[in-house]
Amino acid sequence: MRVTLWGTRGSVASPGGETARYGGNTACVEVRAADGTILILDAGTGIRRLGASWPNGLRRVDVLLTHLHMDHIQGLGFFNPLYNECMEVHIWAPASPTMNLQTRLARYLSPPFFPVHLRDLACRLNLHEVPCDEITIGPFRVCAALVCHPGPTVGYRIETADATLAYLPDHEPALGVPNFPQSPEWTSGYGLAADADLLIHDAQYAGSEYAEHAGWGHSSVEQAIRFAALARVHHLVAFHHDPAHSDEDVDRIFAAATAAQHPAFKVSPASEGAVYELANARETAGARSAKTARAG
Amino acid sequence: MPQREIEVILTRQLASYLTLPIFIVGPDGTLIFYNEPAEAILGHRFEETGEMPAQEWAAAYAATDDADQPLAANDIPLMIALREARPVHGSVAIRGRDRVRRRIEVTAFPLIGQARRHLGAVAIFWEVR
Repeated sequence: MRVTLWGTRGSVASPGGETARYGGNTACVEVRAADGTILILDAGTGIRRLGASWPNGLRRVDVLLTHLHMDHIQGLGFFNPLYNECMEVHIWAPASPTMNLQTRLARYLSPPFFPVHLRDLACRLNLHEVPCDEITIGPFRVCAALVCHPGPTVGYRIETADATLAYLPDHEPALGVPNFPQSPEWTSGYGLAADADLLIHDAQYAGSEYAEHAGWGHSSVEQAIRFAALARVHHLVAFHHDPAHSDEDVDRIFAAATAAQHPAFKVSPASEGAVYELANARETAGARSAKTARAG
Repeated sequence: MPQREIEVILTRQLASYLTLPIFIVGPDGTLIFYNEPAEAILGHRFEETGEMPAQEWAAAYAATDDADQPLAANDIPLMIALREARPVHGSVAIRGRDRVRRRIEVTAFPLIGQARRHLGAVAIFWEVR
């Protein structure tokens, strides 16, 4: 399983010199199997570049959306495969208690918010609502479960025969928990993340910033580390950086959190372009640049 | 132990912040949590009892109706809300673990989550003096 980060930013795209190192594009992660099957996790602005480099001959893609906040769908209309009549595109995302997925997505993919109607896309589009029973896509087994975040939001657990990835980019498991974390049984997202080789998790805030944002649906870096420790993950990638945080801010917040928590596992701040190879039930290679990985 | 459904986790977290007594059961009626204000009426702490099957907690609290007739577990408002997936209001008397008999008003509602999953039920109750 090869995992590539195409967008790591939370809330709104924040391009600029001050965010060039960790990236300004919003959430988008590519998960590629050895046989070439590709899953895309969220369709933030990072998906545009992924679509521009789409492999020739690959005719199916599954886009797994955690929720429909703009920073997770804004790139969808700029994803080239949607306009290719040879492509079979499957979009998986949560419905709401009162609206099905098609209606919810069409709110964005229709005028006045976007010039093209969802129904007018050239690809063969299939919409699927999650959570549902375990999904099998090529060699991937995918499990979706609702997590603590405003509005219907899921996280994903993706397994192959030899690796497990957990993806919870917008997640506030510490909400209302005085001494976070409590037992696994009462912790949002635990079932998705347990024993994962790689956990990509919300870490939007510095610890000092969390209190004034409680209930907004996000975690501090410290909380992400505590959650990862509870779930016994092997590598935590701290994701969904706050748009107001410069690269230097991310470095400072990350260093302070890891110094305070002393995690017994690997922790990395998510960096746009980073690639993680997961195999033999453990990550075998650290982050490399996307360029290097593609060249290899 | 597997993780509980997010709606149940959030219900417990909300209950732990409210001063109204709240009692939560799972899909089969098993007691899974009650908050501190409920402890004062039930006569013991949740940590002392832990989870309890429906028949067990119904027997332990010896619920009776307005005429002081014993109520079967299935006739307790919370269990009606769970079984019939609708809100229920009623008045019952219970005996806490402290052996004190108290008359309480109960409003119970089902926990029906995303995709209409039946996740349990919640009772909000208060003592009538």
